[in-house]
Amino acid sequence: MVPTFYYLILSAVLFTIGAVGVLTRRSILIIFMCVELMLNSVNLTLVAAARQWGNFNGHIFVFMIMAVAAAEVAVGLAILISHYRLTGSTDVSKIHLLKW
Amino acid sequence: METTLDLSTLNLAVVLPELTLIVFAILVMAADVFATPKNPAPRQWTPWIALAGVVAAAIVNLSVSGREVTLFQGAAILDKFAVGLNYIILLATGLGILLSVKYIPRINKQVGEYYALTLLTATGMMMMGAALDLITLFLALEIFSLALYILSGLNRTSPRSTEAAIKYFLLGAFSSAFFAYGGALIYAGTGTTQYYGIAQVTAAGLANTPLLYAGIALLVAGFGFKVSLVPFHSWTPDVYQGAPTPVTAFMSVGTKAAAFAAFFRVMLVALPFSYGAWSMPLALLAVITMAVGNFAALQQRSLKRMLAYSSIAHAGYILTALAGGAAEGADAALFYLFTYAFMNIGAFAVVMALEEMGAEDAMQDRAKGLGKTHPIMAFLMAIFMFGLSGMPPLAGFYGKVLLFEAAVAGGMIWLAIAAVAFTAVGAVYYLRVIANMYFADPVDESADEVNRSLPLDVGLAIAVAGTILVGVFPGFWMNAFQQSMALFGG
Repeated sequence: MVPTFYYLILSAVLFTIGAVGVLTRRSILIIFMCVELMLNSVNLTLVAAARQWGNFNGHIFVFMIMAVAAAEVAVGLAILISHYRLTGSTDVSKIHLLKW
Repeated sequence: METTLDLSTLNLAVVLPELTLIVFAILVMAADVFATPKNPAPRQWTPWIALAGVVAAAIVNLSVSGREVTLFQGAAILDKFAVGLNYIILLATGLGILLSVKYIPRINKQVGEYYALTLLTATGMMMMGAALDLITLFLALEIFSLALYILSGLNRTSPRSTEAAIKYFLLGAFSSAFFAYGGALIYAGTGTTQYYGIAQVTAAGLANTPLLYAGIALLVAGFGFKVSLVPFHSWTPDVYQGAPTPVTAFMSVGTKAAAFAAFFRVMLVALPFSYGAWSMPLALLAVITMAVGNFAALQQRSLKRMLAYSSIAHAGYILTALAGGAAEGADAALFYLFTYAFMNIGAFAVVMALEEMGAEDAMQDRAKGLGKTHPIMAFLMAIFMFGLSGMPPLAGFYGKVLLFEAAVAGGMIWLAIAAVAFTAVGAVYYLRVIANMYFADPVDESADEVNRSLPLDVGLAIAVAGTILVGVFPGFWMNAFQQSMALFGG
């Protein structure tokens, strides 16, 4: 059996890749995908921990995160479309109307 | 492991206030469906249905108060703390709806959706205070966050509003990933997601310390984003400025109250035995937050951005009470947030009356000479500014005293001294608005219309009455929030 520790390392690596992607990418769609990667690395952590501890809290948490992630994408894409209609761009580096 | 389904634990009274709001949100949507271009009347009822929902939820909240029950095998709890938070959220929602009645139809025709989403946001915020399990907490957080992303982008014809929504959404989704990872690591470290369970495991010293501490750090980052602590605050001024002003007023108080309530409960109920690890980092965060918030607010030309930075500073003040780690800190925070709801929503209501059509913002210059042109508005704004700066005998003063007392009770005297010093810095920009109103001449005579309406006037009256009365008679309200939290083993 693969030790739980390995899964935790893998999910930490995936989470970091996602976080770095959010901070460096410029297209809003790619940023969405990076956030999804972060959430899925969380799911991996939860499933690995649930196997380690032998209870179901982690599995239930995973289902909740999946549901939330789906809702989040629906809302996010809707906001993105309404912004794209006004500005014709999905590039975060062009978002600078609001500053001091 | 229990195999039978025990229905006696399904005590729905615990979430009855939330359920009431959900029912009224559905009623709002139903009324909206019956509105047609020829007969728009049902759509015009929606704000009043929503307001009725808020009042009904407050009555239900009163009827369930004075008990201490848990629900769903300890996933949620009803105690004095949750009931107190419910009142604060309902107050903010009610005032937010009063501010919206005339404003929202100007920017978006789908007013029914707006009020339904507002009620659902309030539901999520109330669940934050009731959560007694990391899963419940995460769901409550997402329920109100997702609704707020939509609300802040409500004005689909304004690039500023959609930009605010994009920024809020991207950073919000990013931070909720941190939040979820924090919860997952705490689970990996302790084997449970329930607050009492986590406290039991850590008290017995059975937790995996590195995983637990990493989890706490990520959880703090997630909360830090929601309550806008520095360095997680960068979205706050942009979203506050770009979002429609009634939404800003509502969310500035609602988000802060809900997230701080959950923050206090997680730290004091689930993680009190790791106090040594989190107290000092939180104290440092509080100092940076107060410093950046107050000094940045000094330099703002836009009134909405100034209030945004001031709200960052206020998050710092509240955090001092949490860093102290004393149980009185939770009571102090609730009392403070209660007074903050009156003062801050009142200030945003005045800004809303001052802003020009379509601009969704008012500059500092707009306040100049207001004392001569609109004495009543100027007087109200002066009360709110004095209140926010913590001037006795207004409501903000006692709130701050309680917060800093809680920091001292936790042995952080230096933190309380720093907080008082930053309060003095904060007074500068609040008093500057007052000085502009009374000692400067109007900049632009032509633009001196003030957008008032009856609902807005009612909202302003409630806000100013609260700011003054809670300040003059603080005793009753302080008792209402005393010894509120059901602590582990307490």
